[in-house]
Amino acid sequence: MIPEIGLFLCLLALALAAVQVLFPAIGLLRGETAWLAMARPAARAQFVCLLAAFATLVHAFLINDFSLTYVAQNSNTALPWQFRVSAVWGAHEGSLLLWALILAGWTLMVTLRDRQLPGDIAAVVTAVLGLVSVSFLTFMLFTSNPFARGVPAPPDGADLNPLLQDFGLIVHPPMLYMGYVGFAVPFAFAIAALVRGRLTPGWARWARPWALTAWLFLTIGIALGSWWAYYELGWGGWWFWDPVENASFMPWLLGTALIHSLAVTDKRGAFKSWTVLLAIGAFSLSLLGTFLVRSGVLTSVHAFATDPARGVFILCILGLCVGGSLSLYAWRGPQVLAGGSYSPVSRETFLLANSLLLAVSTATILLGTVYPLVIDALGLGKISVGPPYFNLVFGLLMIPLALALGWGQFARWKEDSLGRLWLQLRFAAGAALIAGLCLAFVIDGPARVTAAVGIALAVWIVASTLTGLWARCAGRASPLAALFSQPRSFAGQAIAHCGFAMSIAGVCLTVAMSVDRHERMAPGDSVQLGVYEFRFESLNEFAGPNYQADEAKFTIYRDGKLVSELHPQKRFYKVRGMPMTEAGIDAGFTRDLYVSLGEPLEGKTWSVRLHYKAYVRWIWLGAILMAVGGLLAATDRRYRQTATQPAAAGLRAQES
Amino acid sequence: MTPRRKRMLIIGLLLAGMGVATALILQAFNQNLMYFYSPSDVQAGKAPDARDFRIGGLVVAGSVKRATDKLAVEFTLSDLKQEVVVRYEGILPDLFREGQGIVANGKLGPDGVFAAREVLAKHDENYMPPEVAEALGHPGPDATLTRSAP
Repeated sequence: MIPEIGLFLCLLALALAAVQVLFPAIGLLRGETAWLAMARPAARAQFVCLLAAFATLVHAFLINDFSLTYVAQNSNTALPWQFRVSAVWGAHEGSLLLWALILAGWTLMVTLRDRQLPGDIAAVVTAVLGLVSVSFLTFMLFTSNPFARGVPAPPDGADLNPLLQDFGLIVHPPMLYMGYVGFAVPFAFAIAALVRGRLTPGWARWARPWALTAWLFLTIGIALGSWWAYYELGWGGWWFWDPVENASFMPWLLGTALIHSLAVTDKRGAFKSWTVLLAIGAFSLSLLGTFLVRSGVLTSVHAFATDPARGVFILCILGLCVGGSLSLYAWRGPQVLAGGSYSPVSRETFLLANSLLLAVSTATILLGTVYPLVIDALGLGKISVGPPYFNLVFGLLMIPLALALGWGQFARWKEDSLGRLWLQLRFAAGAALIAGLCLAFVIDGPARVTAAVGIALAVWIVASTLTGLWARCAGRASPLAALFSQPRSFAGQAIAHCGFAMSIAGVCLTVAMSVDRHERMAPGDSVQLGVYEFRFESLNEFAGPNYQADEAKFTIYRDGKLVSELHPQKRFYKVRGMPMTEAGIDAGFTRDLYVSLGEPLEGKTWSVRLHYKAYVRWIWLGAILMAVGGLLAATDRRYRQTATQPAAAGLRAQES
Repeated sequence: MTPRRKRMLIIGLLLAGMGVATALILQAFNQNLMYFYSPSDVQAGKAPDARDFRIGGLVVAGSVKRATDKLAVEFTLSDLKQEVVVRYEGILPDLFREGQGIVANGKLGPDGVFAAREVLAKHDENYMPPEVAEALGHPGPDATLTRSAP
């Protein structure tokens, strides 16, 4: 009975979403503002319905209601309770419900904070979000209903994919979806501006915190995915240029361009058309990501759905969204998009250069991700694009990006001179050069150049950020007080840029300095890896709640002193009959020591993978810093001031 | 130089730079494209001998031979019509088993043995990579790949 209530609530939510679209549309067409007022309560009620529907699905998982096909396929009585909850979004149907719920959550937040907007714009924003919701709820209810009953109900479930029985999966998808879906808000804003034919500076100020919030969630989601792959797949890789990873990375890149372009539109009134295009692009790529992951066209860890009808459905949504919004852009764009002026040497120019570089990076990744699919769909053969393509092209594009970042965060708006910039930033440039050269001498091996260039760029970014801080604070009566009284958006920018530098350094140092070996080892054997000695001490049996495991005990010594003791496992999940590698990792700030069991060979001999991973944590710590920076920027006072004093803020925006 | 000419020069340089960049990107793209071939294609001499490609098929039961002192392993891959011997050094993925469908990336040696750099198998007991399913002539369930590569 309870699942039927859940299904009913989903249908009710669909009806409410339709109200949320139709009432504002009719109201605007007929010029009756009373109709607009229906959008807000409908959106709120829709959120409540979806939250309750989601709760009924969680309930079905918790009580092991295997009469639901979705539960039977993805859970088991032996599955620990926290994984039964996360199994709700562990496969296709449930993750769509989560998608819809998160969209309704974002819409709710918009309706709670839209009093500062002109009524018609707020109504169109809510209506556009409602339209997205209608599409996804229709998709879920007609092709992938999580509440469908299976007859007869099996006595026990088929268990959750063991790869997904992990803390990383509990948090990774919700974060990622918060990011993906969050870009629907700036998208809805862009559409509203185009539909109503006005794009004021207040528009960008209003869209900024939303775009920043979506971006910071996506940053965390991607970093979590990378970290999860690193420790859960058991071979120490943290990024594979897998199509599904690319699918989340492309909206992130365009989202990054969007938050920077929005800053220019907000402060200077320039780049309006570009900003609108980026807002459309970031959300379209989020939809493309959903299509790639959900349609089953991809072969990857994430591709659970294999029903072609689903693929066609999402492709239709994607086509309507991209086609519709771009047509609207072509039709209404010229009316709303008069830009500001700036000279060739100015912060605007550097930001534009970086926007373009991010867009080009996105395009190259899109080419490598989608081209094989198109070739396959046309029946021209099966191809795949190797990671070296992505590494080379993306790596090269990051060089001018990092260089322009340093200049851009320092340059003045509207007009600056190269002489002044050089004078201010020569120390930063010197520091970067010295750091790069030092590293080129210290590091050997094929990746020496990568490491040297990467470190030089990282130092350049950090040094130019510090120079900027110095310039803002040094001349003051009390430099320290000045430092702490900087606006949050400035602090956020500095922290996020340092995080970006940290990630660059982490990637380059990991690539250049890590050592890994595949070895045959039996208990009693030891292998020397750099300065570390890995000893295989013993092998034991271990029984988990729903798996059986061989557990090895490794001790690691450095100069005869014990550094760490690791317990990698090879698990066998009984229900699915799947083996799984559980790596043993000693995490550290400058290095990880990583042991994973390969396969049993003969007797107690195993193939074993040993890794020394230099600075690998920096990649994710950098991402955390970026997200913290995004949070600081999103909560800056200027956005809250607009909330309380819309009229005054509007005036100020027009003056500047 | 008049401002107009100067602007034309800048635009010209930008376009030239973008052209060169696009050409370089496409060249890198082309060099890293990997085509998929079935054992029948390989035996028919369709596969390239100088560049990497992917091969897929079923691991023939009883064909897996391991070295006793190293991690080298050799097995036969079949599409039920033709067979190709694959050599690999390293750790095989969790779900590599005889009778299973797998995909390998690597190069064809002069001796006709495929030297794999990477072996991919799937995290599911009823696995058939789509490429393999097609090479075998019937559609199979799409699925997850896990990797073996360094």
